[in-house]
Amino acid sequence: MLRDDIVEYSLEGHHSEEAGKKIRKKILFVTVLLTAITMFEVGMGMYIKQGDTWSWLITKWVFVGLTLLKAGYIVLVFMHLGDERKALKYVILVPYFIFVIYLIFILLWEALAIGDVWAVAFS
Amino acid sequence: MAGHASKQIDAKTLWGGKMSPFSTSYGKLMMWFFLVSDALTFSGLLIAYGFTRHDYLGSWPIGEETFQSLPGLGHGYPLIYVALMTFILIVSSVTMVLAVEAGHRMDKKGVIKWMIATIIGGFFFVGSQAWEWSHFIHGSEFGKVELADGSLATVHGEFGELENFTVITAGDHHEKGEVITEDLMHEYQHAAADGHIVDDKITLHDGSIAKIAKHPNTDVELYIKEDGGEYKMGDRVKGSEAIAMYEEAINSGEAGRLIYGANLQENEYGPQQYGQFFFFITGFHGFHVFSGVIINIIILLGVIGGLYHKRGHYEMVEKTGLYWHFVDLVWVFVFTFFYLV
Repeated sequence: MLRDDIVEYSLEGHHSEEAGKKIRKKILFVTVLLTAITMFEVGMGMYIKQGDTWSWLITKWVFVGLTLLKAGYIVLVFMHLGDERKALKYVILVPYFIFVIYLIFILLWEALAIGDVWAVAFS
Repeated sequence: MAGHASKQIDAKTLWGGKMSPFSTSYGKLMMWFFLVSDALTFSGLLIAYGFTRHDYLGSWPIGEETFQSLPGLGHGYPLIYVALMTFILIVSSVTMVLAVEAGHRMDKKGVIKWMIATIIGGFFFVGSQAWEWSHFIHGSEFGKVELADGSLATVHGEFGELENFTVITAGDHHEKGEVITEDLMHEYQHAAADGHIVDDKITLHDGSIAKIAKHPNTDVELYIKEDGGEYKMGDRVKGSEAIAMYEEAINSGEAGRLIYGANLQENEYGPQQYGQFFFFITGFHGFHVFSGVIINIIILLGVIGGLYHKRGHYEMVEKTGLYWHFVDLVWVFVFTFFYLV
């Protein structure tokens, strides 16, 4: 039985030639940006040595920030999540972030505590 | 994208049951849910890596020191190869998004063109990873060395080329006086790891003993990774002293002083867990890339056959696209947390 009360969302994605041009421009911009960020990261990694220095601490957080920026562009533009309904966006992102931030916090904190105990036990 | 997503619809209609409150099809929604669960798996792996790294007392391997080789060009190019892999994956993600865009215009030829480009990019990435693994497993020419004082060090510099082995005591296969010129490096590393080299004489697999003809190592620098009696973690030893210390370990005749390459028990780069995480995380990601390529090929066949054109939309391309971008997304994090920091 054919039902005419169900919306066929798959057909909603279509766009015109003109809109396509705009989208392609945006894709090109994101491509250049992602490549530039990666090159910048490698350059920074090459020149700043790892260690207990301020410059490395800052570099590390810059890396984390740039990674999140890259991830944001991939998810919001390439995966079109930025164009979806707010409800979908938050159903995907919010539970994930709550869980992962919690997991990062709890496990790294615990790891440092274990390291401290071992340092005493093995010394 | 213009469409339902940007249209103003009142809450009663949206949540009333007739339409999806997310304005997406069932398939796309399920793909998103799958990706969230897969993202949690990868997060778990990377956070487990972070856990191990944070509670480890010794020095953890540094990406720039561990990964600095290019195919055919030798070493001295920190992270360039991984950056290249990242670039390949980003480009293949771009071609995929272009395929999706072409699909939205019902441009069948465009979809085919960009999907083929994506598949080629995917194969390039998997191939690159195979090289990376092979290089990681075989390791450097120097290996990791345990110095006389018990400290562990990674070795950097120019490895003097092996010329030949001249047999001085016959074994099961080799006659006295025979000059061996093949498979030298392999034999040399095995013998060094097993403590079968003493005073520049090597005991080969078949029991024969041979004299080693080898150019001297130059520019040797030892990076101390674990404390010993004399040297401490973070120390660097250069010059003739470093060369002599390395030679001492090679010629000691003691097994276990040298470790070459990597397996699941030990590796020359750092603690055992480092190798295990490398294999598991990049392997699991590589498996995702590989299955992504296969799925892309299947969908490409559908596109060529006109299946989606008949259907009136190319949403299947969009769905595989989501998976493919996700693989790229994971690599961005692996790149940062495994190689950069």
